[in-house]
Amino acid sequence: MSRRSPLGRVRGLGSAKEGAGHWWGLRFSALALVPLTLWFAASVAVMTGAGYETVRAWAASPLVAGLLILLIVAVFYHGARGLQEVIEDYVPRKGVKFTAILVVQTAAIVLGLTGLLSVLLLLFRV
Amino acid sequence: MSSDNRPLSPHLQVYRPQLTSVLSFLHRMTGVALTPGTLLLVYWLAAAAAGPEAFATAQALIGSIIGRLLLLGWSFALFYHLCNGIRHLFWDAGYGLELPDLYRSGWLMVIAACALTLGSWALAYAMRSGAW
Repeated sequence: MSRRSPLGRVRGLGSAKEGAGHWWGLRFSALALVPLTLWFAASVAVMTGAGYETVRAWAASPLVAGLLILLIVAVFYHGARGLQEVIEDYVPRKGVKFTAILVVQTAAIVLGLTGLLSVLLLLFRV
Repeated sequence: MSSDNRPLSPHLQVYRPQLTSVLSFLHRMTGVALTPGTLLLVYWLAAAAAGPEAFATAQALIGSIIGRLLLLGWSFALFYHLCNGIRHLFWDAGYGLELPDLYRSGWLMVIAACALTLGSWALAYAMRSGAW
């Protein structure tokens, strides 16, 4: 999904690579994260000092699990894309840049999957 | 495309800090600082999924002095990045780019980020001493 405008494409303007898609992706995930983060911060603040059973009961709701899944996907997408942008701006050496972005993306996938599986475990455990 | 007359980023050693540049700089810093915070999010969820003992350990770690200090930093970074991110979304849509607007939204954003941080911690401490 490059989301480049047809006029820009015809005129040969804008990013030569995946830039336009990255730009939109960062903004869409940002937009999604505004309500998701506020919801999560409020939920966690309300559960301060709560025991295991309270948190488990909270996470066992399909609505909460769905929102947590959206939160995790948006957080790791946005975080990885954001770090990639910083790396591309400040790391001049091609090999280091390539490796750093690869490490960031791998970490995001591993952590994101761990988070998603935890949410599913909390949802489906009887 | 010619590359010799393209705009340059401000040279940090000789650039006088202004509200606009400092807030912009902090947006990146908080964004980068928030990424290790995702470890905490995943750890907390994984501990809850692992069972009561792992969860109690996680809660004790997060509730310790160091845990709470980290959480304070991360919560401010989160609310700062969130509020300033909303400014960025407005700029991307083409609004609020005039200098007076930038200063107004800048200060408003700083106040909102501080208020959200203080508010969430007040709520957390109120809940801790109350209901559970």
